[in-house]
Amino acid sequence: MGIYSCIGKNLDEVRESLYNGKSGIVFDPERKEMGFRSALTAYLEKPDLKGVLSRNQRVYMPEQAMYAYVATAEALKNAKIDQDYLDRNVVGLMYGNDSSADPVVKAVDTMRAKKDTTLVGSGAIFQSMNSTVTMNLSCIFKLRGINLTVSGACASGSHAIGLGALLISNGLQDMVVCGGAQEVNPFSIGSFDGISAFSTRESDPTKASRPFDRDRDGLVPGGGAATVIIEEYEHAVKRGAPILAEILSYGFSSNGDHISTPNVAGPTASLEMAIKLAGIDINEIGYINAHATSTPVGDAQEAKAIYNVFGDRRIEVTSTKSQTGHEMWMAGASEVIYSMLMMKNEFIAANINFENPDEDSAKLLIPDKRIEKKFNTFLSNSFGFGGTNATLIVRNIN
Amino acid sequence: MEKVELINKLNLILAQEFEVDAAKIKPEANIKETLMLNSLDAIDMIAVIEYEFGVKIPAGEYAHIKIFSQLYDYMQTALKN
Repeated sequence: MGIYSCIGKNLDEVRESLYNGKSGIVFDPERKEMGFRSALTAYLEKPDLKGVLSRNQRVYMPEQAMYAYVATAEALKNAKIDQDYLDRNVVGLMYGNDSSADPVVKAVDTMRAKKDTTLVGSGAIFQSMNSTVTMNLSCIFKLRGINLTVSGACASGSHAIGLGALLISNGLQDMVVCGGAQEVNPFSIGSFDGISAFSTRESDPTKASRPFDRDRDGLVPGGGAATVIIEEYEHAVKRGAPILAEILSYGFSSNGDHISTPNVAGPTASLEMAIKLAGIDINEIGYINAHATSTPVGDAQEAKAIYNVFGDRRIEVTSTKSQTGHEMWMAGASEVIYSMLMMKNEFIAANINFENPDEDSAKLLIPDKRIEKKFNTFLSNSFGFGGTNATLIVRNIN
Repeated sequence: MEKVELINKLNLILAQEFEVDAAKIKPEANIKETLMLNSLDAIDMIAVIEYEFGVKIPAGEYAHIKIFSQLYDYMQTALKN
């Protein structure tokens, strides 16, 4: 695993932040000057890759590809995979990404101002495409297996991992680098701000993302990148890989309903599919990492769906978005990693800012403080615009 | 702009853009080899020159510019016109 997030630039930093309930949310004055309704955002520095990658490699990379590079380099290192291994073996790449707005806007600005397409530079086309992350990573790491971007809105990262696991379980790949990446800049989410989806609790940025809380008033946009290396079990054993966990199942569904308003039936179907395919007793699941983004309707619908499936079983449910904001295309992957860090370190991070439940969240066990708990199986939800739903169930391997 | 000033500015800009040692940029040196340009990088060279000097080198002209002295001469002529 590897991660570059607003609560840490590597696994160790992120684990500490999760443990301590640290928020990565700030107020960005630039957004206010641009006319944003909400200037709240996750904050993360762009990695300085000069000296790490050549100019010829960096010029094609938008920010989310840089985040993905750092996360993937960490993941490969932790999985004991070096460039020599990648050169000698067929390794796939399946990454979630669903926008690259910043380079598009800048290129259009240049074309309008200069009336000369040459001046947008050689990198613009490669930075602008939705598949920019996979095209960059596959060339940098010289990957020769599946090379595909998954665009499934805010479930992109989760679908990427699920689809990667399917490729492996069907014998089509031995190893797939999976993950999700999300750009963090005003242009990419201005239109999202425009539909009043964001929290306006600007006076208290770290309190703004409050999934499941009665007084939530919208999400806070975040981003970065998260990478997991998934591998066929016997293949991993044979090469002596440090095996962390097993992906038991990937459930999915589509709401077939409204483009932005989630329903209950779709997420319920995704949860049920994942649990059925996992072939486990539902009581084995010791932690649920919810999609809950801190929107009034979304969190309520997910709480209903979780209650539909789990009933009165008292399984801890939290949304790590309370700390990170909504990492969108990255979220499905990052939240698997957050859950993994908790599982490996035997705690469940607080659902920070959960002060008062509403009628739906009151039915769930949502810890507002960190708890020390050993669990061996978790479920992670990711849902997205258009009603795309994904659920992953992961079991610990010691 | 005096030719010496032009050469110094061009060398500095190209060295920074393509991350090479400016000392390697010599009048008789091959541009592509010195700056390690591929076909896409050449677009960036044309662009950076246009941004910095307001001179657009047409593709047909660029094809004939192989070494730095030819670039200096082209730029000096273009800036005079």
